[in-house]
Amino acid sequence: MADDLDELGDLEHGEALEEVPDPDGDVVIRVRGLKNQFGEQVVHEGLNLDVRRGEILGVVGGSGTGKSVLMRSIIGLQQPTAGEVSVFGAPMVGRSEEEARGVRRSWGILFQGGALFSTLTVAENVQVPLREFYPRMGQKLLDEISGYKLVMSGLDPSAGEKYPNELSGGMKKRAGLARALALDPDLLFLDEPTAGLDPIGAAAFDELTRGLKERLGLTVFLITHDLDTLYAICDRVAVLADKKVIAVGTIDELLRVDNAWIQEYFTGPRGRAAEHSAEQAHQEQAA
Amino acid sequence: MQQVARLERAGEVVRLSGPLTLAQLGNLPRRLDAAVKAGTHIDLSGVERMDTVGAWIVHRLVRDRGAAVVGADERSASLLAQVAQADKPVRVRPERPGGLIRLLGEVGDATATAGRTMLGLVGFFGALMLSVGRVIRHPRRLRLNAVVQRFEVVGVRALGIIGLMSFLIGIVIAQQGAVQLRQFGAEVFTINLVGRITLRELGVLMTAIMVAGRSGSAFAAQIGSMKLAEEVDAMRTIGVSPMEALVLPRFLATVLMMPLLAAYASVVAIIGGGLLSWIALDIPPVTFVQRLREVVPITDLWVGLVKAPVFGAIIALAGCFQGMQVEANAEEVGLRTTAAVVQAIFLVIVIDAFFAVFFTEIGWN
Ligand SMILES: Nc1ncnc2c1ncn2[C@@H]1O[C@H](COP(=O)(O)OP(=O)(O)OP(=O)(O)O)[C@@H](O)[C@H]1O
Ligand SMILES: [Mg+2]
Repeated sequence: MADDLDELGDLEHGEALEEVPDPDGDVVIRVRGLKNQFGEQVVHEGLNLDVRRGEILGVVGGSGTGKSVLMRSIIGLQQPTAGEVSVFGAPMVGRSEEEARGVRRSWGILFQGGALFSTLTVAENVQVPLREFYPRMGQKLLDEISGYKLVMSGLDPSAGEKYPNELSGGMKKRAGLARALALDPDLLFLDEPTAGLDPIGAAAFDELTRGLKERLGLTVFLITHDLDTLYAICDRVAVLADKKVIAVGTIDELLRVDNAWIQEYFTGPRGRAAEHSAEQAHQEQAA
Repeated sequence: MQQVARLERAGEVVRLSGPLTLAQLGNLPRRLDAAVKAGTHIDLSGVERMDTVGAWIVHRLVRDRGAAVVGADERSASLLAQVAQADKPVRVRPERPGGLIRLLGEVGDATATAGRTMLGLVGFFGALMLSVGRVIRHPRRLRLNAVVQRFEVVGVRALGIIGLMSFLIGIVIAQQGAVQLRQFGAEVFTINLVGRITLRELGVLMTAIMVAGRSGSAFAAQIGSMKLAEEVDAMRTIGVSPMEALVLPRFLATVLMMPLLAAYASVVAIIGGGLLSWIALDIPPVTFVQRLREVVPITDLWVGLVKAPVFGAIIALAGCFQGMQVEANAEEVGLRTTAAVVQAIFLVIVIDAFFAVFFTEIGWN
C-alpha cells in the first residue's frame, strides 16, 4: 500500500499555478496584420484571424498557401515579419518566460510530420510534457496516463513500447496526437491530423476530437484538406488564399461567398460527396 | 487565490469538489488512495470541471478498489466511460533483462558488432570498387559536379585550419628539437629533424587527423541524416545508386585532396620550423633551405605522398560506411559520427605503422 502511494507520486508543482490571464474573453487566438516573408517570397500579408473559445476552427487553403507557417507563427516558432499574435489574450512576442510556460501548459500541438522524439518509445513521448510540468508525478501514474492517452488516440496497446522508426505513418500521427493531448490542453493545434489515416481511423479521429471538445470545452485550430472532417466537426472554417484569410464562417456561409476558389473547393466533386455523406450522417442521427 | 480540488470524508462517502483537472489536482491522488476502500462511494456532485486525468484518477479507484461513483453529471460520466474504454494494458518500453545476463549480452553484442563492422567495412569497400568499375566503363555516370563540390569542402576550405596547425607544429618541433640538440652543440640538426619528420610522418598524419575530424564526421552525419529521412531509400527506388551519388564523390574527393593537403601541410610546417630557426637559432633562411636540400632525401616526399591517398581512402570509407549504417534515430547519427572519426584515426595509425616497416624494408629511409 505504501509502495503504491510512492508510485503514484505528487502532482504538485514547484511553481505557483496561475490561471492564464484572459482579458479577451471569448477570443483565444487573435492574429492582426500578420506578415511573414522568406527572402523575397511573401507568404502572409495583412492576415487577420480570430479563434473563439470552445470552437473547432478548420483552416483550409491550397498547398503552400502558408497554413503551417500560420500555425508556426501563432505558437511562436516563426517570428513574424510584422503584425501581432496573441494567444489567451497575451501577445506572443515579448512575454516573460513564466507567462510563456503557462501558455505552453495549456496547449497541445500536433505537427504535420508527427515530430516524435526518435530516441524515446511512443509511451515515453507522451510522458515528456507530463514530466516537464509535473516533475513529481510518480512513474506508475505516468505510465497509466500515457497508456490510456495512446489507446484513446486510436493506437493499439502494443504500440506503446515501440520506437517512432518502427511505426507506420498513420501510427506516428496518432502518437503525435496522444502527445498533444498529454496535458489535457485547453487549446489544440492540429496540422493535417487525418492525412495518412484510413477512413475508419479518420472518422474515429473526428469522433475523438468532437468528444473532447464537448467534454472538455477544447478549442481546436485544425489545418486540414479533409472535407469529411470539415463537414463533420468544424464549427467554422477559415479560407487562406492570396496571403490572407479571405473568408471565415460556417460552411453554409462560405458557400454564399462569391469566390472562385471557395466555390470550386466546396462544390467540386469531392466537396459534394463530403456534403452528401455529412447530410446522411445527420439524418441517421435524427432518426 | 487559485482553486484546487478538495476532498472531504464522511464515513463511507468521499466527496470531491472543485476542479478535478491535471493542473489543479495537487496531492489529491495520494489522499484519495489513502481514503478509498472497497465499497466507498465517491461523490462527484461538487466537481466543477473534470479532464481525462481527473477521470482517470477516479477510474483507477473504481477498478482497483471497487469504489462506486455517485453524483456524476453527464459530462463526467461520459468522460469516465471514455477513459474506462481506453484502459488497456500498455507497455511503456521493451523489457530488458537485468544483471549478469544483460552484462554478458552487452559484451557479446559489442564483440559481434566489432566483427560485423570490420566485415561490413570490407564489404563496403568491395561495393565501392564495383561502382568504381561501373563508372570507369561508363564515365558519363561520374557525378563530376558533386566531386568538384566535395573538392572545395574537403580541400579548399580546410586550407586555413590545416595551415595554421602545421605552422604551429613546425615551430614546436624546431623549438623542442633545438633545446635537446643544443646540449650536444648540434643545433643545426634541427633542420634534419624538421624536414624529415614533417615530410615523412607528421604532415600527412596530422592532416589525416584533421580531415577525419572535419570531413569524415561530416560524411557520416550527412549520409546518416539522409538515411533517417528516407532520402537514400528514395534514391534507390528512382534508380540512383547511393554508392555512385553519395559515396563515390566523397571518396574521390578525399583520396585526391589528401596528398595535396599533406604536401601543403609539410611545406607550411617546414616554413614554421625555418622561421623559428631563423629567430631563435640565427640560421638564415638561405642556409636553412640549402641544408634542407642536402639532408632530406626526395624519397621522404614520396613516402608522405604515397601514404596520403591511402589515409584519405580510409577516412572517406569509414565516414560513408558509418553514415550508411544509421537506421533508427537521431542519437544513432551522433554515435555513428563519433565511430567514423575514431575508426578512421585508429586505422590510419595502424596502417601508418605498417607503412613505416614497409618503407624501411625497401630502403627508403
Ligand atoms: N523555413 C522556410 N523557408 C523558406 N520558405 C518557407 C519556409 N517555410 C515555409 N516556406 C514557404 O512558405 C510557403 C507556405 O508553406 P506552408 O508549409 O505553410 O504551406 P502549407 O499551406 O502548410 O501547405 P501544405 O498544405 O502542403 O502543408 C511555401 O511556399 C513554402 O515554400
Ligand atoms: Mg502544411
